[in-house]
Amino acid sequence: MDIREIKAIIESLLFTWGDLLSLEDISNVLETDKKFLQEIMDEMIDDFNFNRRGVQITKINDNYQLSTRPEHFDWIKKLCTPRVNKTLSNAALETLSIVAYKQPITKAEVEIIRGVKCDKSLNTLIEKNLIKEIGRLERTGKPIIYGTTDDFLRKFGLSTLEALPALDEDNLEEEGH
Amino acid sequence: MLYKLINDNKFVAKVIRMEYKVVLEAFEGPLALLMHLIEKEKVDIYDIPIAKITDQYIEYIKTMENIDLNMTSEFLVMAATLLEIKSKMLLPSSGKDDEQLEIDEIDPREELVRRLLEYKKYKAIADELKAKGDIQNRVFFKPKEELEEFMEQGDFELENVDFKELFLAYINVLNRSKDEKKEINLTEIQRDELTIEDCMDNLEKLIKEKEKIMFEELFYNDISRIEVVIMFLAILELIKLKEIKVIQEQNFGDIIIKKNINNLR
Repeated sequence: MDIREIKAIIESLLFTWGDLLSLEDISNVLETDKKFLQEIMDEMIDDFNFNRRGVQITKINDNYQLSTRPEHFDWIKKLCTPRVNKTLSNAALETLSIVAYKQPITKAEVEIIRGVKCDKSLNTLIEKNLIKEIGRLERTGKPIIYGTTDDFLRKFGLSTLEALPALDEDNLEEEGH
Repeated sequence: MLYKLINDNKFVAKVIRMEYKVVLEAFEGPLALLMHLIEKEKVDIYDIPIAKITDQYIEYIKTMENIDLNMTSEFLVMAATLLEIKSKMLLPSSGKDDEQLEIDEIDPREELVRRLLEYKKYKAIADELKAKGDIQNRVFFKPKEELEEFMEQGDFELENVDFKELFLAYINVLNRSKDEKKEINLTEIQRDELTIEDCMDNLEKLIKEKEKIMFEELFYNDISRIEVVIMFLAILELIKLKEIKVIQEQNFGDIIIKKNINNLR
């Protein structure tokens, strides 16, 4: 099979599936090595961008999904009236960024950084499936530890956790002075 | 107009209130408020003029009280912390010799500065995340496609059997069972006399011997309600495992259970 054909098949798989499709599944269908497919996927993402296609391939960890482009939002909007997603409050956003960087993290640790109680914002984030309980710490009280979800990556356009914006580490270094 | 504004004290008060409200509501906590004060005063975070900032901080939380904003205890804790730092700064440093002074003297502000910096870091990230989220909000994703109608119904070997028929037959048997008349012993928890596994084994044996059985045949008259349930579950399980086939020749006809020949196991 030539590469063009492989790409075409992958595109049809993504279209058919709709939701995030794992590299594993793609590799099972095509009976092709995952590492090779990974390269193909990277190429496809570039192809789609280079050719300014109307859909793009979103990558989240090792999963792929077709989506529209943000710049076409106003056009698509004319087709339907999309529900306006309520944006997160500042409190929730702060909490979310702390969890994202410090995960796995307990509620108490988040509260130390923010200086306020965080029950409400943590609950909001769980409700919105942006964070989840990922276990409990083996110490007194067995506190719940939290981490982010794949949905978090998707909602903020991040392919992996490594793609998070860099922390302002300058401050950290100066801290020691 | 101007005259009216100046004279209307209520209005002025309202403006002031509104201003405060807008500003205050933006603070997510004492650290956010403190950060705002420091930025507003354009002072060095490593050298906070503690007396000045403390005064301003307390001024703010007083206003919060006045306009009935929900003030959480954390704001008060921070006020106390600030006052403590302020008082420590006022104390003359202990008159030891210079060398020791340098080692011992910890700036009382240090802990606060560390917390502020840590907080500031995540606040900056929160803003960045918000920007990213706003863009991503303009992207449409599709939910998982419903592929059922394209899929072969190969999972269950139900030849010509309406599932409703199977269910109705089950209800029929259930009604026939004499369980209602039996007394139920409430004080004892009885061990299940029959498990689904046992029942599956029995069924398989039966089918091996007879090749086919009628559905109704399985439920002899004095079978208890719980046995009916277990038998039914066993049948469903065997269908799922593709060990048996369930066939109904015609509508409302008898349901026949057969061994699944296609199963190579």
